[in-house]
Amino acid sequence: MAETAFFNALRAAIDEEMERDATVFVLGEDVGHYGGSYKVTKNLYQKYGEWRVVDTPIAENSFTGMAVGAAMTGLRPIIEGMNMGFLLLAFNQIANNAGMLRYTSGGNFQIPLVIRGPGGVGRQLGAEHSQRLEAYFQAVPGLKIVACSTPYNAKGLLKSAIRDNNPVLFFEHVLLYNLKEDLPEEEYLLPLDKAELVQTGQDVTILTYSRMRHHVLQALPELRQRGIQPEIIDLLSLRPLDWETISSSVRKTHRVVIVEECMKTGGMGAEITAGVMERLFDELDAPVVRLSSQDIPTPYNGTLERLTVVQPEQIVSTVVDLVGGKI
Amino acid sequence: MIQERPLPTFSPTAVQLSREEGLALYEDMVLGRTFEDKCAEMYYRGKMFGFVHLYNGQEAVASGVIRGAMRPGVDYVCSTYRDHVHALSAGVPAREVMAELFGKATGCSKGRGGSMHMFSAQHRLLGGYAFVAEGIPVAAGAAFQSKYRREVLGDASADQVTACFFGDGACNNGQFFETLNMAALWKLPLLFVVENNKWAIGMAHERATSDPHIYKKASVFNMAGVEVDGMDVLAVRQVAQTAVARARAGEGPTLIEALTYRFRGHSLADPDELRSKEEKEFWLSRDPIKRLGSYLLEQDLVTSQDLKTIDQKIKQTVEEAVVFAEQSPEPAPSELRRYIFAED
Repeated sequence: MAETAFFNALRAAIDEEMERDATVFVLGEDVGHYGGSYKVTKNLYQKYGEWRVVDTPIAENSFTGMAVGAAMTGLRPIIEGMNMGFLLLAFNQIANNAGMLRYTSGGNFQIPLVIRGPGGVGRQLGAEHSQRLEAYFQAVPGLKIVACSTPYNAKGLLKSAIRDNNPVLFFEHVLLYNLKEDLPEEEYLLPLDKAELVQTGQDVTILTYSRMRHHVLQALPELRQRGIQPEIIDLLSLRPLDWETISSSVRKTHRVVIVEECMKTGGMGAEITAGVMERLFDELDAPVVRLSSQDIPTPYNGTLERLTVVQPEQIVSTVVDLVGGKI
Repeated sequence: MIQERPLPTFSPTAVQLSREEGLALYEDMVLGRTFEDKCAEMYYRGKMFGFVHLYNGQEAVASGVIRGAMRPGVDYVCSTYRDHVHALSAGVPAREVMAELFGKATGCSKGRGGSMHMFSAQHRLLGGYAFVAEGIPVAAGAAFQSKYRREVLGDASADQVTACFFGDGACNNGQFFETLNMAALWKLPLLFVVENNKWAIGMAHERATSDPHIYKKASVFNMAGVEVDGMDVLAVRQVAQTAVARARAGEGPTLIEALTYRFRGHSLADPDELRSKEEKEFWLSRDPIKRLGSYLLEQDLVTSQDLKTIDQKIKQTVEEAVVFAEQSPEPAPSELRRYIFAED
């Protein structure tokens, strides 16, 4: 495949899996005739028909519950959350049923379900459309959580998520849909429990995911100019976290900076920090540092919005201070 | 006591019922009642824990729908937190339901579910759901799946119907309205069976619902809606048979409102102080098991000895279920994490 936009990489993943397996179907708001609000399901309705690309009424909790029932009885639904924030309205079905039901049923049923869609802080979309949901869902047992960040990993991870026999929350970022990249012609899948080593280095481990991977990469030239070689890890899988990759990096660098768009309080960074403390305390030369979003509803105003999210210059100064022993 | 709503009349003269069918319905209801009475005994003896919601009085609904109109083990059943008897009618062996209530490894949910979470893939029991109304969309998913198999996978044998049971309280919840809309829109093979027992824990139906006639809400969704005397298993059976035929023919779902009553408190932890003596007596006098027994005798379909034989047989089945549950092993601590994910 030639240069492919992020949204088309996702579309290709769904198309390939629908073609391969007739039990795979898509449901959600405006996924059919309209092609999805970010065009991830564009023209799939024409190809697969209205029973495989199902336009649902605006009823998040109920169509999510319907997907749970369909998954329990042998189908493989892919729910598109038009905006992942809307899935707070489906919290009951995601947490109580998708997440727990395999366990409470004593293994009677499995829930091969993917819930995917755009999330994160967009560009002046207002508070409700600019949410970091991983903080809420990471505590639900039985869910896998993936955050993709490039067209390449988006495609490979989504194909794996569709084939997985468990419920997978698959986070895309609203500001990454037009990112382009050359993708391999041949089919590939990526594991749902492995982080990606984006950049090797020895001075500090930067743990990040989703859009913040790109902010970290923007900070990289400046850090190098200052003689700092960071090791950058894109977590990709937020649950389970790939502690093998994280641990081997921390054993090398002895310093950790977490760069996330998640809320600080109770966020992914809080969980990772605790995990590093539990597993790697003796390896640390300095406290773990978290760069997180502010604990506020995302403001509409562009300047204020920018201030809520971690920016590349903030990453530079924090890493410089940490490596220089000022933290 | 709130003014009783007139119960829909049903003429049993038109009923076509064989001796075998009559005995099967009777046996299923007696099993439900005897099992639940034993649960109460076991709960008070400290053998089972948590919240235990019994089904006494409502037997005609589970038996009339599942045993009277469906194909247990082929069609799907989705329940609520008051789910023991739905599980039994769906064919889950009494010993597996009792073992689950004892928290044992041999329970139908391997001791992970408990009273409100009975599951059996083998018996097409999609589970008990503890939060009010949350099972309704899940049931719609199973019905969607049957439709999908026919439409997309070309499987003409995919004619399963799903029965979704829930109470009057669920009918004030958004998931009820949302799912009725989708089910009618897509003509899903689904029976919405409301067990209107008049009460939430301590909230009378009339105090929670602007129009207490739940079956009328179907008309808003262009769906068939019917009320039925939920204390008469033959009446329930008949409306369920009509609804199942409609569902199998691809004509869509039906909302069945069964007017029934729970003879015990909301749960075994409920002191049941709000419901009046007169109200309880009115409904106790309409006991669905006694009613069917009398009918079968009047019609000369059975002898009183036939019924006594069933009573004895079921008593023994339930006693055996208790012994099985008591003697079954606890889930192994080493298996604490088993079943979180599909691979486990």
